[in-house]
Amino acid sequence: METTTSSSHSRRRNVLEHSLHGITETLEHALFAEEISARAGLFQSLDARVKVISTLALLISVSFSRSLWVIASIYLLTLFFAWTSAIPADYLIKRVWLALPFFTGLIVVPALFITPGPALLHLPLGLVITTTGVTTVLFLLLRVSTSVSLTLLLILTTPWNTVLSALSVLRLPDVLILILGMTYRYIYLLLHTANDMFLSRKSRMVGHLSTSENQRVLAAISGALLSKSLNLSSQIYLAMESRGFRGSIITLKPFKMKAKDWLWLAIFLGIAALSIFLGR
Amino acid sequence: MFTQSKRVKLLVIYYGALLLWLSTTAMHIPDGYLSPITCLIMFLIALPFWIIGIRKIREKLNARSVPLIALLSAFSFVIMMFNFPIPGGTSAHAIGATIAAIILGPEPATIVVSIALLIQALFFGDGGITAYGANCFNMAIAVPYIAYAIYSAFSKNQGLTSKRRLVGAFVGGWTGVTVAAFFAGVEFGIQPLLFKTVNGTPLYAPYPLSISIPAMVIPHALIASVAEGILAALVVAYLQRSNISVLEAAEKPAILAEASGMQKLRALWVVLGVLIIASPLGLLAPGTAWGEWGTQELNSRGITSIPIGLQKLSGLWGAPFANYNLPALGNVNLGYIFSAVTGIVIIAIVVWLFSMLLTAGSGVKKKDLG
Repeated sequence: METTTSSSHSRRRNVLEHSLHGITETLEHALFAEEISARAGLFQSLDARVKVISTLALLISVSFSRSLWVIASIYLLTLFFAWTSAIPADYLIKRVWLALPFFTGLIVVPALFITPGPALLHLPLGLVITTTGVTTVLFLLLRVSTSVSLTLLLILTTPWNTVLSALSVLRLPDVLILILGMTYRYIYLLLHTANDMFLSRKSRMVGHLSTSENQRVLAAISGALLSKSLNLSSQIYLAMESRGFRGSIITLKPFKMKAKDWLWLAIFLGIAALSIFLGR
Repeated sequence: MFTQSKRVKLLVIYYGALLLWLSTTAMHIPDGYLSPITCLIMFLIALPFWIIGIRKIREKLNARSVPLIALLSAFSFVIMMFNFPIPGGTSAHAIGATIAAIILGPEPATIVVSIALLIQALFFGDGGITAYGANCFNMAIAVPYIAYAIYSAFSKNQGLTSKRRLVGAFVGGWTGVTVAAFFAGVEFGIQPLLFKTVNGTPLYAPYPLSISIPAMVIPHALIASVAEGILAALVVAYLQRSNISVLEAAEKPAILAEASGMQKLRALWVVLGVLIIASPLGLLAPGTAWGEWGTQELNSRGITSIPIGLQKLSGLWGAPFANYNLPALGNVNLGYIFSAVTGIVIIAIVVWLFSMLLTAGSGVKKKDLG
């Protein structure tokens, strides 16, 4: 879901500003994510491995389901779990549905009309909405919104590094876990750097740039960012090497399953299995 | 009532606007568009490329690869956030996969972009989890391999500063993203064909190939691919100006580790050179700097009784470049520049002598000092 898309009338003038805005939005958005994972709630108290496995299982069951009711039920359940996990009631809904209409919603509108099937509704311009069209649209919208909500629930209630540790339980190679952790951390550094570069460019500017000038500015910022990335990686490697890194990675796995975790794992896997069965 | 042709026109306009809008987004496929079987197949197709990519990285770069991949993935992620303007007033998101492929080669680029995509999918909901294999195939595999093949075809036997590399970068980027859009269109288009309910309702993406392929390819070819191509070409041009050894890195990966070293200093020398040439601008400033007055200036400022010490010492040292001028050159500006250059040379010699004294016998190599 692209939440940073600008409206067309301001796009030409404010390319720099929109990149700036998008970047700042990302920063705030991430801060919010960490805040929720610190609250006391159902999901926050569960073992991260349970959450990762359950989220995957539920995603797969949503993907497999051929029944609208099953998918809708899982969506409602997700909202319920979000509510018990100290996520503001409207947050999850807004995050998904405010973005959804602009991407998925727009794509599928023609499907209402062109999918062959019995007519449901006759519209003024000679257009006909078919029942199969409506069903298809509902399938897509529900699947997308449920999947995104499930993923959001996992990410909002679990700090990123904890998610990575849990992923390593799923036999993801340790080198990837290390890279993912470092990438996450350095995204923030690079975003700050890019933000500063945009700001400094903007603050030396009066009036508007032509398209090609804008392109050059963005390309120069990208190029500078690339050089910084290469430089930084060099320094980081030297820092790692001087602290004993020789290529092998050891991760801490601080998880311990409590009875509660086993219970909820069974519940989630049960829901997933039931959904696949009912929705086949 | 609207006639048939008017209806068609309306639909075309609607569709056109929609596609134009869509093309500004990159082609991340959310969950729910592809059936689980398609998702699984795409994962299986992507898997060998991931394995090859990781192996290639470790064999070329070993332990150094970890921070490098992490940083370049972060870079790719940030690039995907930039709104890149296209002639015509719209803007699009580039993927950055072309740049990654040109710099690293296609195999490591696959890993770099895949990691950026994973973080986008997990953390920002941009692209689905079950659709991750498909997204990686389109953006992290198709784009780098195709773009790299075209770029290296254009830059074979060309010097690092050749303009043909820019053309190769643009064509490579454009083709890569357009072909990726085609693949995405195919992935969408086969869904209603293969996955529907008993009464024919499509269960996943609802449009057949005849719609999904043009719907993906045309807006990307016109907008997003252009953004990727232009950005790649401009970044290559920037690197040719500022950090040219990076362009060799695909063949000689060790270069990446040292990419920051001497090249950065070269930029500093360039800046210094510009400042030297611009130094005569100082002549434009009227008068003398406050406090730096000789006896004559003091008199003209109305101070007739000059301190004894100042009087005695003012004529002591006859500077070779008095007033930063060398009369023999005849031109004041040239004299200014000449003084600047001489000054810098003298300072450089002194600094060099000092560094020799400091490092002599300590076993510290100049290379390690960075």
